[in-house]
Amino acid sequence: MAAPSIALKSPEVPLSHELKGHVGMLCLIAAESAIFSIFVVAYLYYAGKSLTGPYPNEVLHTPIFNSICLFSSSFTIVMAERAMKRNQIRLFGTWWLFTIVLGVIFILGTAREWYGLIYQDGLTIRTNLFGTTFYSLVGLHAFHVIVGLTGLTIIMIFTVLGYVMHEHEYRIGVFAMYWHFVDAVWVVVLSVVYVIAK
Amino acid sequence: MLDADSVSQPMFVPQAGAASRPLFERSHEWIITVDHKKLGIMYVSYGVLFLVIGGIEASIMRAQLAFANNHLVSPQTFNRMFTMHGTTMIFFAAMPIVFGIANYLVPLMIGARDMAFPRLNAFSFWMSALGGIILYYSFIGGNGLYGAGTAPDVGWFAYAPLTAQAFSPGHSTDYWIIGLLVSGVGSIGTALNIVTTIFCLRCPGMTMWRLPMLVWLNLITTCLVLIIISPLTSAQIMLLLDRYLGAHFFDTQAGGSAVIWMHFFWIFGHPEVYVLVLPAFAILSEVIPVFSRKPIFGYNIMVLATLAIGFISLGVWAHHMFTVGMVSYANAFFVASTAAIAVPTGIKIFNWLGTMWGGKIIFSTAMLFSIAGVAQMLIAGLTGIMLACAPFDWQLGNSYFVIAHFHYVILGVIVFSIFSGSYYWYPKVTGRLMNETLGKWHFWLFLIGFHLTFDVMHIPGILGMPRRIYTYEASRGWEGWNLAVSVGVVFQIVAVLCWVANLVWSSYKGREAGNDPWDAWTLEWSTTSPPPDYNYAIVPTVRSRRPLWDLKHPEDPDWKYE
Repeated sequence: MAAPSIALKSPEVPLSHELKGHVGMLCLIAAESAIFSIFVVAYLYYAGKSLTGPYPNEVLHTPIFNSICLFSSSFTIVMAERAMKRNQIRLFGTWWLFTIVLGVIFILGTAREWYGLIYQDGLTIRTNLFGTTFYSLVGLHAFHVIVGLTGLTIIMIFTVLGYVMHEHEYRIGVFAMYWHFVDAVWVVVLSVVYVIAK
Repeated sequence: MLDADSVSQPMFVPQAGAASRPLFERSHEWIITVDHKKLGIMYVSYGVLFLVIGGIEASIMRAQLAFANNHLVSPQTFNRMFTMHGTTMIFFAAMPIVFGIANYLVPLMIGARDMAFPRLNAFSFWMSALGGIILYYSFIGGNGLYGAGTAPDVGWFAYAPLTAQAFSPGHSTDYWIIGLLVSGVGSIGTALNIVTTIFCLRCPGMTMWRLPMLVWLNLITTCLVLIIISPLTSAQIMLLLDRYLGAHFFDTQAGGSAVIWMHFFWIFGHPEVYVLVLPAFAILSEVIPVFSRKPIFGYNIMVLATLAIGFISLGVWAHHMFTVGMVSYANAFFVASTAAIAVPTGIKIFNWLGTMWGGKIIFSTAMLFSIAGVAQMLIAGLTGIMLACAPFDWQLGNSYFVIAHFHYVILGVIVFSIFSGSYYWYPKVTGRLMNETLGKWHFWLFLIGFHLTFDVMHIPGILGMPRRIYTYEASRGWEGWNLAVSVGVVFQIVAVLCWVANLVWSSYKGREAGNDPWDAWTLEWSTTSPPPDYNYAIVPTVRSRRPLWDLKHPEDPDWKYE
């Protein structure tokens, strides 16, 4: 036995390096989902257990416009990917920019909501259990949106500078998975915070 | 400009001896490396370093507890010792060693040239290393080293409300939180990397049902890591918010709950045991077949049993909390799920026995450690079933009986397997065999020391000695037992010194191993020892679970029977 190769006959499984970005991102999403689920459990567990006000039904208003913006950004990023697949880089850049704008509108909406809660309703993270769990869960999601926006912006800069080409389609697709995940988490956070536990 | 001679010279000539190069150059090569083998070696060395540090902390505790009314160290130092011992052993000794072994072996065993994301691999290692440095910086941070500095003293599971700012002022608890958060990032990176490597980088012919058992078990382990490290991370973020922003997650004064910390911690903490023990099972499942000269018995059942362990382990965490006083149906559920996990574990023990049954067993040091590991898994599992019964646990929860039980798992199975694996794969990593005589000394001394310490330790537990007790009175009747337990530690220290000496000595003077010293069957033995940077000059193609058997026995290859 000298050669390390063992009977070079018809390979049964082709090397699937092409999928490793997707598998890796799915693993990351699994880990992130576990982080979110613990915060969601804490939110539900402490719902209605605040000893003092303000309570969620007094101060929370469902952010419908914001949510529509964030959900539409999943659509625009799909359109961007589609443009990339057809090698239309300019169109890709346009859809990508729309995605960023929608994400920024969402974050600004959250900022306005928090500003109102803190300065008008007097709800901070130390006020009561509702404040504690609300700011940590919504804040954790907002943090993920900001991370996503940072990534989107970096890719946008490279697109404007002309570095993004058709061959980057795969990497763009892997990054888009993360953005879809951030949107999907908002479905859960929205329904838990503004519907179920209100 | 350039003459013909200088052009024909390659840019980098392989150095005659690595030792002749300056130290700076050699360490630079290790620091910037993204090679899975070098990172694997670094992971294991880092883990062994912390194994020794954690062992020293344990020895200090045992010296303190050897006699009644002893005041060798102060109560504060004692608290720091048990906190640092537990945290170190779990997060900075056991985890890096099992990750290191997986890092080194998984790509070799599946015929890949490296991990799926080599740079992420290096990043993960350095994050884990940073976590350990942050944790140990606590000894010199703050008030300096006198009286063991400001190391964390809240216990390795850091129950609320002890960790609140009011009860743990200063930064000692923050070192614990941040050290673990940072190393958690590293763990998730490595787990993600190993899963992706196994799914995407298998060589041609390496189907899932032909994966070596070590690869299968590490796949299940790393999938588990992906979902269990995060709950700890979440809980630690909440604790930081409580401590620094005045949040109320674990603050009972404001309606928060201390018990929910226990839930979050053990949702991580119990599967963590399986994260550590499955890679140990992985080593047993590679060593036992080779030294029994038989393929593993019941491969498919073994994989399914491991999957079952992985699933059930996610639903047993509250058996750590029977003494909290949960509602009766919660108790009943966790009693049942905990008892149920004994079934797949028992299946694995029968599989190893079935592998040895009728085999031509070779009693090398690696095999001795594996056999002892299987036997001790049985005993550890039996005391586990005892503790799974809620009424029994009400009596003995948080006593030395529990300490003896889980050290039986962690030392008796995990550390024994790591020792076994070290003798088995050392020749592949260094190209030289470890000394068998010194190895036998290591085995017998460690076996005697282990049983003296941890068999006897059950008894003071049954007599009512609680864990984390600083000292006790002579009239309790615990004294002789504790002395015996502490004497066992001396044997273990000598044994570990034998092992470390063997590791160092053999790398210079050990017998040359060749490619395949054990006449083994998995792919890593087909390449040179140590393997070249690229692992395989030609990517191998496999046709069965034992590719090297096929190669050595073309007249009777395995693939005929699959």
